[in-house]
Amino acid sequence: MTIPVDLKYTKEHEWVRIEGEIAEGGTATCGISDHAQEALGDIVFVELPEIGRIITVGEAFAVVESVKAVSDVYAVVAGEVVEVNEALEAEPEKVNTDCYGGGWIAKIKMSGDTVELLDEAAYTTFLEE
Amino acid sequence: MSANAYSATRGLQHEEPLLFEREHKAATAIALPGVSGEIAASLFAFVRKTPARIPGLSEPETVRHFVRLSQWNHGIETGFYPLGSCTMKYNPRVNEQIVRLPGLAYVHPEQPQDSVQGVLALLFELQQWLGEIAGLPHVTLQPAAGAHGELAGMMMIRAYHDARGDNKRRKVLVPDSAHGTNPASAVLAGLNTVEIKSAANGRIDLDALKANLGEDVAALMLTNPNTTGMFESDIGEICELVHRAGGLVYGDGANLNALVGIARPGDMGIDCLHINVHKTFATPHGGGGPGAGPVAVNDLLAPFLPVPRIEKNGDVYQIICEGEQSIGAVFGSLGQTGVLLRAAAYIAAFGCNDLHKIAEDAVLNANYVLARLKDVYHVPFPGLCKHECLLTDEWQERHGVKTLDIAKRLIDLGMHPMTVYFPLIVHGAMLIEPTETEAKETLDTFCDAMLEIAAQCEAGDTAILHDAPLLPFRRRLDETQAARKPVLVWNDSGFSS
Repeated sequence: MTIPVDLKYTKEHEWVRIEGEIAEGGTATCGISDHAQEALGDIVFVELPEIGRIITVGEAFAVVESVKAVSDVYAVVAGEVVEVNEALEAEPEKVNTDCYGGGWIAKIKMSGDTVELLDEAAYTTFLEE
Repeated sequence: MSANAYSATRGLQHEEPLLFEREHKAATAIALPGVSGEIAASLFAFVRKTPARIPGLSEPETVRHFVRLSQWNHGIETGFYPLGSCTMKYNPRVNEQIVRLPGLAYVHPEQPQDSVQGVLALLFELQQWLGEIAGLPHVTLQPAAGAHGELAGMMMIRAYHDARGDNKRRKVLVPDSAHGTNPASAVLAGLNTVEIKSAANGRIDLDALKANLGEDVAALMLTNPNTTGMFESDIGEICELVHRAGGLVYGDGANLNALVGIARPGDMGIDCLHINVHKTFATPHGGGGPGAGPVAVNDLLAPFLPVPRIEKNGDVYQIICEGEQSIGAVFGSLGQTGVLLRAAAYIAAFGCNDLHKIAEDAVLNANYVLARLKDVYHVPFPGLCKHECLLTDEWQERHGVKTLDIAKRLIDLGMHPMTVYFPLIVHGAMLIEPTETEAKETLDTFCDAMLEIAAQCEAGDTAILHDAPLLPFRRRLDETQAARKPVLVWNDSGFSS
């Protein structure tokens, strides 16, 4: 189980890489954690949000479908979707093989609000519970 | 292809290639007469320029193809089918005989009402019976499936709020253990859904519910017993909380088999309930065929029921097509009459004094399976279950064996697997619903198979589980590739995506 130290996590097993200021239009890159992809099993489809969509914290903004289940991906930060990982349309398996790299889902231009974010240590503790 | 195809045939069990792989003639065996003269001239513009691509086979070869494929099916009449949450109970033969009676089979919805009083009387009685069973006296028989009933119910709830001028209520609360159709039906009715987390005991978390209640809540949708097989013991308080906040409670009747004749959803505070007659009342599960999902409601929602409905006026049964506040028709005529009549026959066979035996035997059978398996399979929510029991692969996973392997091995052992990986809130879920129609010997055969699989895990004898199924014509299918790169089209050069 990989949990990179430079990322933040949520209790819904999403990860986020924050670059710049949360309140001043910094960028958040989001995906699902190694634990999430492992629990879901082989990912077969990722429904990406539309570029330009304004999302609020906790809103379901993407969908990850595996052979077992269809799961919503919740917005970790509020803001505007500025880029999506279109490569996942042809190769959804990247979410399994490289969840923190090539398996990223969307980049969001932040408008200030976030869910409760956990650092690597806190997320590790949360998983152990 | 044909040599290979036949080599896999076992005795009188036939491997079967595609029709196009089987063909051996240039044309089909059916020779149609030509046309000439005036007819030919008038049809000239419609004559095909290229021959239709129909496989060159004789009629018996064609018939055998489809019959052989049908023999690959597994159904409740082939063997045990403990698919949790689906209530795969036996469909009694006598019900088939009853619906084929000429007075029931050869009637038309547009025929004069005085000539179909018998059918109308039976359907009216069914409305009354379902209302009594649900504890919700007003019933529509129209919806053509469970999820269709959910949609009709949510449309009625929306109409109820709007009729009171309370049109801000658009939020529907759905527990995370719900059937996937629940949020889908709410959204289709123009409402938004919010997921409510389950508590550690597999039941609704009252604090999470309270935190989401407010003036924007149209309804809570819940299944009781829920999809973990547990009874929502706080149901009274749950309904009261929702009602106090101005919302209604929609009940998903998928698990009514655990309650029928014992407890009534209406008495628990539920306002609206759909009933899956193919589950609780033993009508065929369809395979795409006609279904029915009647909806029962209380007095609050009665004005919004779909039309047409059947009413009794003195000794005469009448089809009523008007309803000022009705949401209108959700299906043609009075619904899928043939299916509904089978349900009426099942209810009548038990009678009101014995109906409770359905639930008692269903719950007893599930608890018998649970009792035999609970020491070798992890039980996420201990205690008595209702009509289905929930296990996980937690203890087998230590040996590298997962729920999917266990399910596939059951196929080799001659049984349909249980529901796997549902409910979603339980990792590696195996949901087992034997129903009341299975004999103890059948349950024992299943439990013995499950114990044997667990023993193989413990012994490290796991190759057979990872390779399963070994016996059917098609081995383990690559579900991942089938979903990622589906091949949906066949032409003369083979399959293409």
